[in-house]
Amino acid sequence: MTTTMIFAGSGGQGIQFSGKQTAKTAMHQGKNVTFLPSYGPEMRGGTSNCTVVISDEEIGSPSVTSPDVAVVMNLPSFDKFEPRVKAGGLVICDSTLIDKKSDREDIDALYIPASELANENGLTGFANVIILGGLIKKTGLFTYDEFLSLLTGSIPESRAALKEKNEKALKIGYDLV
Amino acid sequence: MKTVYDRPHALSDVPLHYCPGCTHGIIHKVVAQVIDELGIEDRTVGIAPVGCSVFAYNYFECDMIEAAHGRAPAVATGVKRTHPDTVVFTYQGDGDLAAIGTAETVHIGTRGENVTIIFVNNAIYGMTGGQMAPTTLPGQVTTTSPYGRDRKIQGSPIRICEMLSTLDGVAFAARTSVDTPKNINHTKQLIKKAFQNQLDKKGLSIVEVLSTCPTNWGMTPQGALKWLRENMMEYYPLGIFKDSEAIR
Amino acid sequence: MAQKVLMKGNEAIAEAAINAGCLYYFGYPITPQTEISEYLAKRMPKVGGLCLQAESEVSAINMTLGAAAAGSRAMTSSSSPGISLKSEGISYIAGSDLPCLIVNVQRGGPGLGGIQPSQSDYYQATRGVGHGDLRLIVLAPSSVQEMASLTAEAFDLADTYRMPAMLLADGALGQMMEPVDFSLFEKREVPEKAWAANGHGGKRKKNIINSLYIDPQELEDSILARYKRYAEVEEKEVKYEEFMTDDADIVLVAFGITARICKSAITAARADGIKVGLLRPITLWPYPKKILNSIAGRAKALLTVEMNMGQMVDDVRLAANGQCPVHLYTRTGGMIPSVDEVENKIREIAASL
Repeated sequence: MTTTMIFAGSGGQGIQFSGKQTAKTAMHQGKNVTFLPSYGPEMRGGTSNCTVVISDEEIGSPSVTSPDVAVVMNLPSFDKFEPRVKAGGLVICDSTLIDKKSDREDIDALYIPASELANENGLTGFANVIILGGLIKKTGLFTYDEFLSLLTGSIPESRAALKEKNEKALKIGYDLV
Repeated sequence: MKTVYDRPHALSDVPLHYCPGCTHGIIHKVVAQVIDELGIEDRTVGIAPVGCSVFAYNYFECDMIEAAHGRAPAVATGVKRTHPDTVVFTYQGDGDLAAIGTAETVHIGTRGENVTIIFVNNAIYGMTGGQMAPTTLPGQVTTTSPYGRDRKIQGSPIRICEMLSTLDGVAFAARTSVDTPKNINHTKQLIKKAFQNQLDKKGLSIVEVLSTCPTNWGMTPQGALKWLRENMMEYYPLGIFKDSEAIR
Repeated sequence: MAQKVLMKGNEAIAEAAINAGCLYYFGYPITPQTEISEYLAKRMPKVGGLCLQAESEVSAINMTLGAAAAGSRAMTSSSSPGISLKSEGISYIAGSDLPCLIVNVQRGGPGLGGIQPSQSDYYQATRGVGHGDLRLIVLAPSSVQEMASLTAEAFDLADTYRMPAMLLADGALGQMMEPVDFSLFEKREVPEKAWAANGHGGKRKKNIINSLYIDPQELEDSILARYKRYAEVEEKEVKYEEFMTDDADIVLVAFGITARICKSAITAARADGIKVGLLRPITLWPYPKKILNSIAGRAKALLTVEMNMGQMVDDVRLAANGQCPVHLYTRTGGMIPSVDEVENKIREIAASL
């Protein structure tokens, strides 16, 4: 079984972090995994995306044209990647920032007003983690506990507030779906 | 019978290839004498350049490395940083050090490497047959400045010691000459200090030695020494431009 | 204890170098390989090593030469335009019989080109890096694990044969993350460096590290002696991977990141009954000529896939020696071929058989 995912949005939204965290958790499960970031000037505020492949088998191409799952956090990313999602696949949108809906009938779509929820809950900057909560619930790729333990496991005790915010954000997204 | 003069041990017992009247041989001898006097031959690594002294690796008894044109300071850095207990010197001419290798020369200074540079300035490219060097004097005729070096066309000569002495990483920068026995003795003192500085970990030390090239200058050896005194020394004044611990 | 860590390819190279006993790194920043410098700048001081940022690639390669000449295990890294600058130094390193590692995390060229992944330095690495008769051992990783393991291997090979080795990667491999296990390395016994110039200590004759032979006969002799070692490398050190080649009518030939894309395309085409496989050269020099020649003798067609305008295909054609047609599919300029594109090319060839 192989799952291919693209995370896309603007630089600074934590797109690369989301992809890495997903890859890390999959590695922890004993899966084969690749994480391929976009790199270059995008780092400084342009579009940002990365591709994650998770598989029980050896992974061939780490770059993917048609992903099983697209996580999009701005409109240009929705326009670019929603049409590419494999039939039977899933698109997850931050519906605060994307006012469009998918009109494809062959894919599933999940709309989470992540940026709004983040702002309302004092979690500005954690919209990506809210989305991750929704992603793991919807796909069932990981359990809540294993994802959380890797998300917060490496945060030192001295930064308890950061730990708390991550956990809170993940839970909001998870409970929403 | 008392020996009053002998070939220094650090100078190989082989014929040198230098032209008659060229002062490279004197400078080699002085460097070798200093190595002997400091007792450092066993841990010295010399870096030879590209230019007239390209075969310097055959003339010193310490370990030697032949570098690409201008790159001796980088090679020296590689040796010294990985083997800090070695004593590392480069022996470079003006084309090597002051033209193609200018970046390497400046930056070994900025880094304040504990290395000794012997810079032989004869105002011409000797090995390739007398072309204009970065140190060729205004008006000086060479095969590539056949009408004399024109500042408007070919720019002005570079004063390396003055330039390097502005760098925090340079501990010692001195210009000397080997045109007279007195100056040869003085050169030896300066070169000894440049090596001693390295042993004392003071930073980069460079000794620029004004040298003659009778062959490519088209002069007799004695005429060349006279020309050096009357022309080069005016543009390249002898002296110590910096003498302190490097700021590193 | 075997433990996998999720790492960027560039970081895996850096950590593997330290693991392999390389304590000296000389670099200059250039995308997409700067993480090697950044990682080593953090790590080297903690392991008693040195990461030194030079004033240029030219200087960095010559510092590497100096370190290698003094007998240290040393490396430098860059990306395509920087390797062009290093090529002078690489030639001197080869001519002076010095072992070291040069990493090229390729990007698009020519000129400033781009910063996206490319394989367009194949000719440079296998044919033309620096002037003169010379070879580099060229290793082409295709995973982050291999970025690490081949880095370690490259040092041992370089020391064994007293010649420079190059790790030829690309921007995708440099930037992507995969799990790596650093306990998987095999170490070779390598010879002592009695030739090193680091002070004779009064115990031996002086050592000279040199690439200048003014007498042409001496120069020829030195090159012939070096080529004897090259012949030994060609005899003993060829590395490749075969993937589903046993019954294959069509055999793809690809290295590095491209080989992985080919594997995905092959798996997809096999699902439709097309008998297709892959030969992945791991050493680009020495090139796996023999195996490719024998594959060409039994396959109906070869397909070379590269991220350049067709460079390795020359070696494929030489090895195939006319036994079967050699097709070519390329993307260049930083474009990565998609699995679909390669699969379509496979189908097109299958239909023509």
